[in-house]
Amino acid sequence: MNALADDPGHETASPVGATIPMRVRDRLGLRFWLPAAWITMVVVLAATASLLPLPSPIETDFTALSNWPDRAHWFGTDQLGRDILSRAIFGARISLTVGLLAPALGLGIGMLLGMTAGYFRGRVEIVIGAAMDAVMAFPGILVVLAVTAYVGASVPLLVILLGVLTVPTFMRVARANTLVFAQHDFVLAARAMGATHWRVLSLELLPNVMIPILIYALLVVSRIIVVEGVLSFLGLSLPAPWPTWGNMIADGQVELATLPYIPFIPAALMFLTVLSINLIGERLRARTDLRGSVL
Amino acid sequence: MMDAGLPLLEVTDLATHFHTQRGLLRAVDGVSFSVRRGQTLGIVGESGSGKSALARTIIRILSKRHTTTTGRITFEGRDLLTVSEPDMRDIRGRDIAMVFQDPTSSLNPVKQVGVQIEEVLARHLGLRGRAAQTRAIELLTSVGMPLPQERLHQYPHQLSGGMRQRVAIAIALACEPKLLIADEPTTALDVTIQAQILDLLHRRQKAHHMAMILISHDLGVVAGYTDTVAVMYAGQIVEQASTRSLFRNCRMPYTAALMRSAPNLSDPPHTRLRAITGRPPDMVLPPPGCRFEPRCDDATDICRNRRPALSASDADGTHRYACWHPVASPGASA
Repeated sequence: MNALADDPGHETASPVGATIPMRVRDRLGLRFWLPAAWITMVVVLAATASLLPLPSPIETDFTALSNWPDRAHWFGTDQLGRDILSRAIFGARISLTVGLLAPALGLGIGMLLGMTAGYFRGRVEIVIGAAMDAVMAFPGILVVLAVTAYVGASVPLLVILLGVLTVPTFMRVARANTLVFAQHDFVLAARAMGATHWRVLSLELLPNVMIPILIYALLVVSRIIVVEGVLSFLGLSLPAPWPTWGNMIADGQVELATLPYIPFIPAALMFLTVLSINLIGERLRARTDLRGSVL
Repeated sequence: MMDAGLPLLEVTDLATHFHTQRGLLRAVDGVSFSVRRGQTLGIVGESGSGKSALARTIIRILSKRHTTTTGRITFEGRDLLTVSEPDMRDIRGRDIAMVFQDPTSSLNPVKQVGVQIEEVLARHLGLRGRAAQTRAIELLTSVGMPLPQERLHQYPHQLSGGMRQRVAIAIALACEPKLLIADEPTTALDVTIQAQILDLLHRRQKAHHMAMILISHDLGVVAGYTDTVAVMYAGQIVEQASTRSLFRNCRMPYTAALMRSAPNLSDPPHTRLRAITGRPPDMVLPPPGCRFEPRCDDATDICRNRRPALSASDADGTHRYACWHPVASPGASA
């Protein structure tokens, strides 16, 4: 406290308020934790699927074709005698892998391009902007259809194709936020303290731009999960016999008359997962949105 | 105040022109001054007079693409305008540091106070970990932060405006710079906090025998904390003198008008503020003669046509002004 003796008129910040950081506890609430619990469950099940005591998702059991749920097969079996529960859990792997990796790829490239464009402006921005417009001009689904139909689908290919298609929007979000934050004096202050452009981008701007872009990424994840579902419904994702939520829905159509609930299981899983991700994203956005907060 | 030897910073005929869509904007137009160690130079002028552009030119953080700079900025014998960019980066922060107007904007909102100080220590002094933390606490203590240890882990939004400015000052002083440029350091703060921050800057300056350039639009701020003052108008210095001499007998009508326009406690109630009429000139097309001429009561033909040079008035030659019809000095020196 002897520092204060040097400074008689210092502002009186109460020592209590200083030791216990003042923070209004804005609870995340059930609308966050319930979806979060669901996502955690799906992720854990998908990740540990091969360790779980589940029947194989691709082995056919000719003693149990098109069965209603029973003790051996909790969700029943499809027309080839494959366990629906097991297929649904293994199917989650594909949906989640593609749904997470493709946006991750798009986020990585898009953020790099967007921050470069937003910070340096000028010719760099024009070139990057034009390239992104060119990517956006492609009818995305058609490109994916054409390529997967021609080369044959695989998880890496889907990740790359869908990832590239998300680059332009990530780039735009990153650029818009970089433009805003680059106006702040802390960028100038960092430069005035001897920071290189690279340091300004990585240490000053990135932590600020990261928050809105991660929240936006959650929306993209849910969209990509649906897109992957559409592709596999059309038979353009992973080839049979490997299960995905989309091809389970497609296969289930055949038996609508006898076992009408089958396509609803993967559909419900996908619905709940996408809904959960959107709810989490919405909650986090509201939480970090400066417009609504004290700032 | 009287320091022997060469000045620390000597600016000669400095001009900074912004490239705008309408043409060249002469933000700084032929400015010369010098600052010695341990000395404080005040730069006053209204908004848009080129004060901040001048400060940013000195540490070269203006966009190269949009500006042209000519003249000389000699700092410790080196011309900062010809120093390479990597060398300049080493000078920034270590030898010349800057404090900005609004600490809400000049601190990064998503980084803890300690991190922001320690990054500068790592960048220039190679201090990391424990050593950096100890130094950061020392710095926060030296700028009068209560409970510095706890502050390290707080974010700027958890601090008051005055506290934030103290953090900004701690960052600027982290490497004990030889020159500190304070660009309106108290404009964004409450009046009650202003004096504390200025006192703090003054104390730190004395402690480190640092040179300081204090930029302000507030004559009162400048009067109390500077050794010499330069009055800027439309990108040029129109009057330059020791603080005492300037406030005793200013010669330039603009300076006089500035002083008159400050409200005075001894005025009777409801006195109209004596604002300077008109607006500063368009700096893309400045008037050919004296730039203050359109707003000056004493202007004549010569003011319209010929630009007055900065000339010495007093016997010792330290009081200089640019005017054809200087205000009579009451305590006229022999």
